[in-house]
Amino acid sequence: MTAEVPSQSSTALWNPNRKRSKNIQRLVVLITGAFAAVSILTTFGIVATLIFETIEFFREVPFVQFLTDTRWTPLFSSKQFGIFVLISATVLTSTIAILVALPLGLLSAIALSEYARPNVRRVLKPILEILAGIPSIVFGYFALLTVTPFLQGIVPGLQGFNALSAGLVLGISILPLVASLSEDAIYSVPRKLRDGAYALGATKRETIVSVVLPAALSGIVASIILAISRAIGETMIVTLAAGQNPTLGLNPLVPVMTMTAYMVQVSLGDTPVGSLPFKTLFAVGMTLFLMTLALNLFSFWFVRRFREKYD
Amino acid sequence: MTVNPTQDAFQTSSEAKTPNFIQNLSGRYRADAIFQSLAWASVGIALLILAWLLLDILIDGIPTLNWNFIVSFPSRRPEQAGIWAALTGTVWVMVVVAVVSFPVGVGAGIYLEEFSGDNWFSRFVEINISNLAGVPSIIYGLLGLAAFVYLLQPLTGGRSVLTGGLTLALLILPIIIVATREALRAVPDSIRLAGFALGATTWQVVWSHVLPSAMPGILTGVILALSRAIGETAPLIAIGALTFIPFAPEGLRSPFTVMPIQVYNWVSRPQKEFHDIAASGIIVLLVLLLAMNAIAIYLRNRFQKQSG
Repeated sequence: MTAEVPSQSSTALWNPNRKRSKNIQRLVVLITGAFAAVSILTTFGIVATLIFETIEFFREVPFVQFLTDTRWTPLFSSKQFGIFVLISATVLTSTIAILVALPLGLLSAIALSEYARPNVRRVLKPILEILAGIPSIVFGYFALLTVTPFLQGIVPGLQGFNALSAGLVLGISILPLVASLSEDAIYSVPRKLRDGAYALGATKRETIVSVVLPAALSGIVASIILAISRAIGETMIVTLAAGQNPTLGLNPLVPVMTMTAYMVQVSLGDTPVGSLPFKTLFAVGMTLFLMTLALNLFSFWFVRRFREKYD
Repeated sequence: MTVNPTQDAFQTSSEAKTPNFIQNLSGRYRADAIFQSLAWASVGIALLILAWLLLDILIDGIPTLNWNFIVSFPSRRPEQAGIWAALTGTVWVMVVVAVVSFPVGVGAGIYLEEFSGDNWFSRFVEINISNLAGVPSIIYGLLGLAAFVYLLQPLTGGRSVLTGGLTLALLILPIIIVATREALRAVPDSIRLAGFALGATTWQVVWSHVLPSAMPGILTGVILALSRAIGETAPLIAIGALTFIPFAPEGLRSPFTVMPIQVYNWVSRPQKEFHDIAASGIIVLLVLLLAMNAIAIYLRNRFQKQSG
């Protein structure tokens, strides 16, 4: 067999320009690396803006006053800056929301993962995920114009704006998130753990409560904490349904003003840069950011500490 | 419940040996049944409330939803008001969001998954991204206000379409990066190794083989991220998007409003007529969202069939 020696012209066809390929490779790594750095820049941008304007704020308002004032009236002539007025409203609406979303979401997750037949689960899971994508403004409409009038027929003394219906609807809005993420955690618990419990004579409920749920604990807690930080940072529902009236206290029947609602109120008004209301926007934003950051850090720590690994 | 024939015998013998253990099977099964019905009741309650929400909006919004509503500008009189300015504003902003967030997010995902390996930079970016995903959206609005409205005013023109688009692009960037990485991870390593064996550079392998087979996953993630951005209200209110705009945007530096803000404006008015057109606006928004979700599902199925 005679090996055919490639002629000059056909080797020229395959003539890789290695230098060029390598340079392109370097350029692409550089560009995509810069894109990855955009996320770091975003974080730095957020932290820097918040810190800068918050420092400006505390030059005018003493920190002690920020913590101890019992009223929040930065837009009035007699200015008071008690942040706990806004925090109490945020805590109130978020607590009501979690009281709704936690039991309903967790039980729904258990039903989908442990009790539902595979085809039922295949239908319900995507529905949950679509529901998790409904914009919050839609829930805000629902809370203000449907749930509040409905509740006013049941709860005496409920005002047109109140923390109760805002909190309840907020809970409904984060429910799909809790259910979907907890379901992922519960579903991924290996079958052999359940079989072991059944072999010891445990009933299905006992298996779920004392074996499956503890095994999925880190994922469940992570989903709940994510839901709490969503509830705290949620804006449109509480702005529309809870009102614009800064009140200190935990009465769910009267109008309150959450941190996010205050930020909307200031943003909708025409506040010039550098004015005191403009700076309060960032001081409140900083408080909100620190609260959600603390929750996220706790969630990371908890997941790392309590994650169960199965092979 | 089926009765276990050996139950009585077993019960007496076990009682004799371990007096602390009470088998009480029927009681435990009853608790089981109660627990199971509670679990299903939760699913039922959740679905019922969400059905109530959707029905409520359909009933309120359908009567005022017509072609005139779609193509009219906002008005002081509810019967003449329409959503055209907000609809075009949303389209403008979403085009900016897509054009910015798609290359940046996918590029960052490629870098983290294909190029960087496990170095300090990629670990730092990773921690950073999971942190960013937990930041409330209104905080992004504050960033947009400080960075794009004031700092980069000569470029963006203040409270413009460009500012809104850039702010929302930053907001959904973490979602796109995570979706891209998952899609890339799902591509089998044998494809990469075959490419390297032929002497291709990493970028050549990624561009010609890995990216095409990861594209359906990436596109699905991007569309879902965009549908998150389309419903965002708070960050755009924070950057100071106006609530009453009687014209469609004319360019990137034009002032704008978007559908959720328009709906917010109508809901917060006292008149019942405005509430009804708010419901109509919500229906338009939800239809847009559903369409985007349907496209994502269609793309996923279509590409899966081709590659499979």
